[in-house]
Amino acid sequence: MNDMSRVERQVDTNSIKLECRDCQVYYGDTHAIKDVNVDIEDKTVTAFIGPSGCGKSTFLRCLNRMNDTIDIARVMGSFKLDGEDIYDKRVDPVQLRAKVGMVFQKPNPFPKSIYDNVAYGPRIHGLAKNKAELDEIVEKSLRRGAIWDEVKDRLDAPGTGLSGGQQQRLCIARAVATEPEVLLMDEPCSALDPIATAQVEELIDELRSRYSVVIVTHSMQQAARVSQKTAFFHLGNLVEFGETGQIFTNPEDPRTESYITGRIG
Amino acid sequence: MTDASMQTPETGRRGTSLTATDERTRKRARAEKRFRFYGIIAIATGLFFLVVLFASILKEGIPAFTRTVVSVEFTLTPEQREEAEGTLFKTKAYSDLFIAELNKELAESGINVDFDEAAIERLLGKVGGTIRTFYADNPDKLGEPIMFDLAASSRVDGYFKGRVSRDTLQDSRFLQLSDLDLVDALKEAGIIKQAFNWPFITGADSGVDNPGGAGIGASVVGSFFMMLVVLVLSLPIGVAASIYLEEFAPQNKFTDLIEVNISNLAAVPSIVFGILGLAVFIQFMHLPQSAPLVGGLVLTLMTLPTIIISTRASLKAVPPSIRDAALGVGASKMQAVFHHVLPLAAPGILTGTIIGLAQALGETAPLLLIGMVGFVARGYPDGFLAGFTEPNSAMPAQIYTWAARADVGFYEKAWGGIIILLMFLLTMNIIAIILRRRFERRW
Amino acid sequence: MPILWLFLIVAAISVVGYVMGRSRALQSAGGDIRGLHSLPNFYGANVMLKTMVPAFGLLIIWLLVQPLYVNSQVSGMIPDTAIKEGSSRSLVMAEVRRAASGLDAAVSQGQLPASVARDPNADVAVVTQGLKDAGQVVTSEITQPILNAAQSYTSMNAVGYSAMSVVVILLALAGAAIGWWQTHADYRARNVVEQGVRVLLLAAASIAILTTIGIVLSLVFNTWEFFKLYPASDFFFGTTWSPSFSGRGGSSELGIIPLLWGTFYISIVALLVAVPIGLFAAIYLSEYASPRVRAFAKPLLEVLAGIPTIVYGLFALLTVGPLLLDVFGDNGLGWMKAGTAVMTAGLVMGIMLIPFVSSLSDDIINAVPQAMRDGSYGLGATQSETIRQVVLPAALPGIVGAILLAASRAIGETMIVVLGAGAAARLSLNPFEAMTTVTAKIVSQLTGDADFASPEALVAFALGMTLFILTLGLNVFALYIVRKYREQYE
Repeated sequence: MNDMSRVERQVDTNSIKLECRDCQVYYGDTHAIKDVNVDIEDKTVTAFIGPSGCGKSTFLRCLNRMNDTIDIARVMGSFKLDGEDIYDKRVDPVQLRAKVGMVFQKPNPFPKSIYDNVAYGPRIHGLAKNKAELDEIVEKSLRRGAIWDEVKDRLDAPGTGLSGGQQQRLCIARAVATEPEVLLMDEPCSALDPIATAQVEELIDELRSRYSVVIVTHSMQQAARVSQKTAFFHLGNLVEFGETGQIFTNPEDPRTESYITGRIG
Repeated sequence: MTDASMQTPETGRRGTSLTATDERTRKRARAEKRFRFYGIIAIATGLFFLVVLFASILKEGIPAFTRTVVSVEFTLTPEQREEAEGTLFKTKAYSDLFIAELNKELAESGINVDFDEAAIERLLGKVGGTIRTFYADNPDKLGEPIMFDLAASSRVDGYFKGRVSRDTLQDSRFLQLSDLDLVDALKEAGIIKQAFNWPFITGADSGVDNPGGAGIGASVVGSFFMMLVVLVLSLPIGVAASIYLEEFAPQNKFTDLIEVNISNLAAVPSIVFGILGLAVFIQFMHLPQSAPLVGGLVLTLMTLPTIIISTRASLKAVPPSIRDAALGVGASKMQAVFHHVLPLAAPGILTGTIIGLAQALGETAPLLLIGMVGFVARGYPDGFLAGFTEPNSAMPAQIYTWAARADVGFYEKAWGGIIILLMFLLTMNIIAIILRRRFERRW
Repeated sequence: MPILWLFLIVAAISVVGYVMGRSRALQSAGGDIRGLHSLPNFYGANVMLKTMVPAFGLLIIWLLVQPLYVNSQVSGMIPDTAIKEGSSRSLVMAEVRRAASGLDAAVSQGQLPASVARDPNADVAVVTQGLKDAGQVVTSEITQPILNAAQSYTSMNAVGYSAMSVVVILLALAGAAIGWWQTHADYRARNVVEQGVRVLLLAAASIAILTTIGIVLSLVFNTWEFFKLYPASDFFFGTTWSPSFSGRGGSSELGIIPLLWGTFYISIVALLVAVPIGLFAAIYLSEYASPRVRAFAKPLLEVLAGIPTIVYGLFALLTVGPLLLDVFGDNGLGWMKAGTAVMTAGLVMGIMLIPFVSSLSDDIINAVPQAMRDGSYGLGATQSETIRQVVLPAALPGIVGAILLAASRAIGETMIVVLGAGAAARLSLNPFEAMTTVTAKIVSQLTGDADFASPEALVAFALGMTLFILTLGLNVFALYIVRKYREQYE
């Protein structure tokens, strides 16, 4: 990499939303994440790629402290959201997760109606003063989740009755309903067919205008299509992090190249 | 997606510090703490009940294992015996000799107390008879000093254990206030003391008016014979039924019928099995009432569903690859099951059977209906076969009988019986746990 | 014990048959087991099965049928005139059976010469005296018809049992002979034996059906008898329960409603104790507790489920009752008159049901997929919000099923109410009053001195029938709900 490209990248950079330094994760005795440094930028899609078990999902779950729910996981290092340490003792993980939302690998709608699924977050966070406002938030979120037209006539139907792709878009709508600042997506398309995948990818691109999106994906094509920044993880290490175009066309590290060209994985 | 929807103003929350908590968050955190606290309270309440239960069992039951005895060293010469046998009231003569001995021992300790023969009878029962029978059975002991351990009456026992006090005692033919002076004197002389109550563990039930002499031994034997019947019947039948259902049963209505029956029988109240036993085994088949055989049959029917369910679980846990391997070398289905699957499932089956037996051992309600309650098991059965057919009691039935008697002296026995029953159950469960730990196989 | 001997004889024949069948098979193949269709042991087992199965089958059937046949024959011999006023044929038959066994015992003890015991014209007084000498219970003077009936009862039984022994042994021998005769190198012994074993396995599995049939028949038959003596409408809608103790005449009022009320009241108190504690304990154990706390608290709570109900009964009678009486009795609040009450039994039953509710709910809460919780946490919900708004609604059907199963347990529970609830049947709303339940009355009606043919005893079967149907309905419904719920997440 020459000096020119480095300058270019800095010019392109938005403000840093989430700054991670020297991050370590242990599962019991297993050292799952080693010395990872990543800066997640605002209004940018950042993709985490890497072979299975490389720690990308684990790292993602550190960003909104979802690992707190796993007893044996220990997280170390500094994670700063807008300059505030998210692992600070004074920080309530509940408040953090309202700011850093998450969409999971498998669509997981609650066994409630579509409306209640989306209204769940705003209700617990008290975002709506009355029913009319709540209705408005639900509609807005379903529109952002690009599923409004499909479900607007059956908001009372159970969310579990939708197709897989619809369920995942419902889950995205549910996540954006709480107005997060960062949206984490853990392989959101792995359970979907190509058409549903395309819809979700389009959605991710639109979400970029408001949120900082972090997406974990197995598919390099998907990373190339939707992200501006890409991080390549291997065996718990962050091997390379940079502009998506740079990583895919001119990787610095031989391991990245091997993975992209399909020699390891 | 419309453009407008993307342009809604950002909420005020955006950009607020993570560490600054608003009123709503604090409220939610409080609700969280409260909810968590309810859970802790629930667990603590459950454990509290457990502690209270065991504390009251131990507190009330342990005294049953001690008894109050009067130990007097007594020598009877052949001449004295002849003289006593010559009198009209033979036992009175013996009892006079005993009282004389007692007086001597009291005097040796320098204690002076007045008492008469009636007081001794209230304290120790018919002493003369006991001594006379002893020498009639052991004439060679004449002239030797013999240590007599005579059980004190239930009220005196209660005085020692705090059940009876001077304030609450009312003079009756069982015990009078003045007798307590004698008891205190004997205690000072070291003649009356507390000893381990072997007769409680080895003895048989006494009549309704003698709580002191009641023992649980005979009903332990009754329970043992019942468990033998349950084991011999329910293990083979249960295993055979499980093998059929798990390995051979075709998918049809009849199999479904069996399955539905088993799962329903597992939830039928035990008293209904008692009704079945009464109607079928006693009224219809005229098997003897109160017999461990009948009790065993009823408990077998009751335990079978439990054993079948656990046996099927252990058969299911053996992976199909084992069956395939056996079938692959040309074994028949039957050979595959009996040579490979069954031995591998055996520890699980055994564990389930022991737990089923433990359940049956503590079951009371069906035994009430087939007449094992109210029967006073005064002795041990005459032999092995008689053990099955002779009327007897069983541990839980004996405990119930004692609890239902009017004399509070029996309550202590009932609690003591519970300690013994729980010790049996504990042992069985520990064996089951050890078996499971030792032979548990993870596939 | 002749039946034991018979059993041993048949067993011996079958062992001999096993050895002979095995050697005959080897012989027919010229001593080379490769020439046999099956392993030699199968030929032996073939003979053994053919010996034992028919013989034991016949033995069991004979033992069941003979008493019925003899009873009906002897019962027919008793003239109507011999049945006293207020008595019944079944009572007289019980007398006959007692006399018959008494005669046997008296003869074997030598108190009565066998010739007298068998003489149909023997002096009744002599026989009665002989019975009394032998220490046999004789309720009243033996009458001539009863003596005769008892004598023929004895002789018919004796003939029957010897016939049975002969027939069973002959059948065993015939079976052995057939098995032995069939034995040949080409005989497919393994297939035959395996088919036989399969039938035996099926028979074992069918015992569950037989048990259910036995329960239903014994309940239905006796309930029917009861309704012949006592009108069904009075039983189902009567609001008074006061059986007369004499067992004679129609002075008893046997209405089930006070008993049902007691049962439900106590069960409700029990569920009010067990459901909140059990449910919150399950929630805490499955969602909050660290593995160490869980490993410690869960087995301890389950100890409560392993304790026999008699222990709880005693606990209610002797510990909880007096304790409640101290607080609510005349020395305290003055609401309670005696230690045995709805509250006592309900509280103790609730303690018993805690582990039942908690372990079932624990299973059900654990079956809610983790993805559901993650989804909620990911939106910034607190743990309690997740549990209350996502996990519990998802688990609700299963939890309802668990509560119904617990309710069925509570309704069928016997020992706690027998000892802790009191004996008075009462329609009252005061939980500190003694009430009684269906199960407690089944026990008291069947363990008393009432004659089995009287409505006072037969009512227990009608109560049992009610109990059986109630609990069965609850169980079937609860299991249906739980199964539906499990399928949802599989």
